[in-house]
Amino acid sequence: MKNALLALAVLAVYALHQDFWLWSSARPLVFGFVPIGLFYHAAYSVLAALLMWLLVTHAWPSQMEQDAEPGTQKRFLPPTGGRIGGGVDERSARERSK
Amino acid sequence: MIPATIVLAYLAIVVYIGVFAFRRAHGREEVEDYFLAGRSLGPFVFLMSLFGTNMTAFTILGSSGHAFNNGIVTYGLMASSSALVVPLTLFLIGTRVWALGKKLGFITPVQLFRDRWETSHVGTVIFAVQAALLVPYIVIGVMGGGTTLSAISGGLVPFWLGGAVVALVVMSYVFFGGMRGTAWVNTFQAVLFLIFGATAMVVIGWGMGGFRTSAEALLASPSSFLLTRERVSPAYFFSYTFIPLSSIAFPHITIFCLTARKMAQFKKTVVLYPLCILAIWLPCVFLGAMANRVTDVPKIAEKVEARRALAVPDASLGPERRAELRAKTGADEVLLLLLERYAPLWLAGILGAGIMAAVMATDSQILALSTMFTEDVFAHYEGKARFGEAAQVHLGRGFVVIITVVAYAVALRAPESIFSLAVQYAFTGFAALFPLLGAALFWRGSTKWGALAVTAWAAAGVAAVAVFQALVPAPPSGPPTVVWSVGGLDLLARTPGGTSVLGFMPVVPMVLVSCLLMVVVSLLTPKPSPATIARYFPARGKPLTGVRGVA
Repeated sequence: MKNALLALAVLAVYALHQDFWLWSSARPLVFGFVPIGLFYHAAYSVLAALLMWLLVTHAWPSQMEQDAEPGTQKRFLPPTGGRIGGGVDERSARERSK
Repeated sequence: MIPATIVLAYLAIVVYIGVFAFRRAHGREEVEDYFLAGRSLGPFVFLMSLFGTNMTAFTILGSSGHAFNNGIVTYGLMASSSALVVPLTLFLIGTRVWALGKKLGFITPVQLFRDRWETSHVGTVIFAVQAALLVPYIVIGVMGGGTTLSAISGGLVPFWLGGAVVALVVMSYVFFGGMRGTAWVNTFQAVLFLIFGATAMVVIGWGMGGFRTSAEALLASPSSFLLTRERVSPAYFFSYTFIPLSSIAFPHITIFCLTARKMAQFKKTVVLYPLCILAIWLPCVFLGAMANRVTDVPKIAEKVEARRALAVPDASLGPERRAELRAKTGADEVLLLLLERYAPLWLAGILGAGIMAAVMATDSQILALSTMFTEDVFAHYEGKARFGEAAQVHLGRGFVVIITVVAYAVALRAPESIFSLAVQYAFTGFAALFPLLGAALFWRGSTKWGALAVTAWAAAGVAAVAVFQALVPAPPSGPPTVVWSVGGLDLLARTPGGTSVLGFMPVVPMVLVSCLLMVVVSLLTPKPSPATIARYFPARGKPLTGVRGVA
């Protein structure tokens, strides 16, 4: 469902590129000098950045990342506080002793 | 003289970066280290270098020149469409290419295609087409370097010397630094672009007495259409959204995706890429359009006059006079003219270095050709197995020298217009090759025969458009020359700027037919073995496993 919504968002942003409603008007001049058609497409670039943020936040291919970088998971474990021995071993040892 | 000195100092810094990257390699003669910087680039260098690689001479010089003659539509055509499509393809394709490259050891896209579709010869065909489409870039880069250095020095440095200096500088840092040197130089250049855009906007705006007055004056003039898009058809505007598909299909960009240290580095790149485009393109396009008001610069006034003369239907204008006027309307140097008019000398020098940075974006293409030749031809046909890895790196460096020397020799003799056109076709050609990556990574049913059909179609399509435009002369202005019409529907027409198919640019039918060919031919031909398909499309929850197959 989430992926379908994101795909729809991508299609919607793609469609918004074709802004026929601003085709032949230069006014209003935004900030007094930027024609509205140019301002729209500058804002469109910002919208594209927001869409990309949505995609990397909600549709990041994490499985593929972990397959290619088996060590990636370690970054999410608690720090070891400088003690000798990795956080992974210490934690699993504690879990074993319980 | 001051601007030329600053530009020469910039060139010296760039060479030093290449030598520094060479030292950083500690004498290692490893293929992955030289061609992929050891897959070790950090987030900042990855973003800036990728952005710098995509920003060619056209970004700064061409975009302002295009905006000078066509107005603000330039941003929507080339910048905002790229702001969506390029990061989207990096997100969908680039991350997968990176993961497979890391897992299976790929260095070039052709290696991926060979392994994915269990083929050797089809890979060689793809290599040949990619290389043929890439070469004009390198030639045009050398030409651009010569022209720009000559312009910045006020003619003190002749074209041949300027081209030689630029070719030598690019060759040096690619030769010594390989991918690491190229990436660092591109990062340095991208930072210069960003400084350039902001500074040029402020300095020129200040010099013009503020943009409000200029915008109002332009709106009140006969050139007011430059602030709208009324002279561009929606179909033509839509066509341009297909062009950025070429970005990820360019081998130097696909190869660059493999240089990231971690896949997470794509995150910031994908999000910030549209904003980088905004920061560079917006000032260039806006200044290009506003330059129409700077009629106290004689060269700009000449261009405006030539454009007006061409726009009026006048039968008394002969073809020679029209060609002369059309040449005058060429406005790639308009930003240089604005800087000359409004920026102090020392600042013009720094901004000139920014322009040189844009012109010198051929480094990645030279390195990519070298990588492709040594990996897809030399290593593939047992050269690496026979002579060793160090020999492959030496060969790669030798190839860098050969390409640069040949490009320089061609640049001195051939007319620039031919290569400008070739570059224009290359975007269309690489966009038509995009389905190769899409199918290889997302469709388990794709086959090598589908890939061959796509490649042959892309090559034939580009050649057909080139031949068509050479045979049918461009109409002077106004409506296009219809060449093929069925039932009142204009199928094929020659426009003043190129070719139109059903009102669209050729890139639209070329990409769509490419996709269709991939689907139809793949459905009719045998698939790769289940083992290969399983390596690329593991069952949910299972990791990518196995080693690369031998084609």
